[in-house]
Amino acid sequence: MYKTWWKILCVILLVYALVAGLLVKVPNLPILGETSRNLFYHVGMWAAMMVLFVCSLVHSIRYLRTMNLKYDIAAKNYATVGIFFGLLGYATGAIWASYTWADPNNPAFQSFSAVAREPKLIGTAVGLLIYFAYLILRDSINDLDKRARVSAVYNIFAFAMLFPTIFIVPRLLPSLHPGQEGNPALNFNDVSSQMRMVEFPAFIGWALLGVWIATLKIRINLLKEKSLLKK
Amino acid sequence: MPMNPVAVNAILIKFKLLTFKALFHSIATLIKKDLLLEIRQQYSFYGILLYIAATVFVLFLVIDEPEGNIWNGLFWVIQLFICINAVAKSFLQESRGRMLYFYTISAPVHFVLAKLLFNSVLMLLMSLISLLLFFALLGNPVQKVLPFTGLVLLGGWSLSMVFTFLAAIAAKAQQNAAIMAILGFPIVVPQLMLLMKITTAAFNPAVPILWNDIALLVSLDLLVAILAVILFPFLWRD
Repeated sequence: MYKTWWKILCVILLVYALVAGLLVKVPNLPILGETSRNLFYHVGMWAAMMVLFVCSLVHSIRYLRTMNLKYDIAAKNYATVGIFFGLLGYATGAIWASYTWADPNNPAFQSFSAVAREPKLIGTAVGLLIYFAYLILRDSINDLDKRARVSAVYNIFAFAMLFPTIFIVPRLLPSLHPGQEGNPALNFNDVSSQMRMVEFPAFIGWALLGVWIATLKIRINLLKEKSLLKK
Repeated sequence: MPMNPVAVNAILIKFKLLTFKALFHSIATLIKKDLLLEIRQQYSFYGILLYIAATVFVLFLVIDEPEGNIWNGLFWVIQLFICINAVAKSFLQESRGRMLYFYTISAPVHFVLAKLLFNSVLMLLMSLISLLLFFALLGNPVQKVLPFTGLVLLGGWSLSMVFTFLAAIAAKAQQNAAIMAILGFPIVVPQLMLLMKITTAAFNPAVPILWNDIALLVSLDLLVAILAVILFPFLWRD
């Protein structure tokens, strides 16, 4: 393996998160109950997604500074792996919501649209749409250098527009999602101290896993585009 | 020959004033060019007017006198589509050859600032016209008319800023009109949510208008302007 230490760290952290995440004592809150263990897995997906999108942004900026296609390939692959983790976050969130929000006795949640109005869902839906649009924009331009340049500009612009609002809009709208005051799970009053002992290692582990997958994809793509990059 | 520092300073200040003057001068010239184009090719201007009139008229036929929140929602969706139509052409109408010509005679920052200013003015005008048409055809559920008009102008300005920059990006891609909608809709969602939230106060006399949210919207607009100035030079060179 190439650059081994953080990959070993990733595996150790994830094994720890899986085992301790199921064993740690969680406070018995109404409605949430044992489902709050999902913090280590579901919120971990979002943490990995954010880290990957930030990596994509950094590589877009580096591309515009150096005009080296290597960075463009990196930015693209970080974005696709970020989208993958975003979809996983949705999947784990849907499983969680089916045990907590989908109450058969509560008519307010009969329809999907009532649940989808949740500000956190809107925020991540917008985030995923932006990165899908980024991929479509890339496909619509044939010239390699132009594609890299235009999509880097869009990546930076979209990130700068989206991420302040992800942190602001949820505070403005009413929500059922746990951790209403601010960003869920990053607020120190939300999470008990025992859970935090698992939470942060789990987040770092998931983020490292995401970066690992992305670097593998980048290396494959660099090999594929070798003839272009050489010149 | 050693020069008097005061004289050097005076020269520097004069130089700075000159560059400022040059900045305003070239922006003014570029705006004048856009205005001239608009006057000579009036079909595009009247096209947008007709677009607004036809859309609002269709709404008038489909629903009569909607309630406050539906009125508000329809209004902002229509604003969004008007903005795409009004602003999209600003970069798409420039042919390759003409862009190359501008590239040789003006700085990218001047060019993008001129476009932002021109489109802002255009969109302010279009917002006012569509507001008047909405009042005329769909009734007036707005309780605070003057603050709402102000918010409409602010919203139109915000939308025009975002879409001007996106038009610059989309002009580089194939099938640019469709690409612009794909790129733009996710990005304006936060702005639209903010606008909807602020403007609902105008429909209910009991709810005060929130200045914090307005400040947030204005700061987002400034962010867009700064990003446009920083990023446009990269789009510009081909």
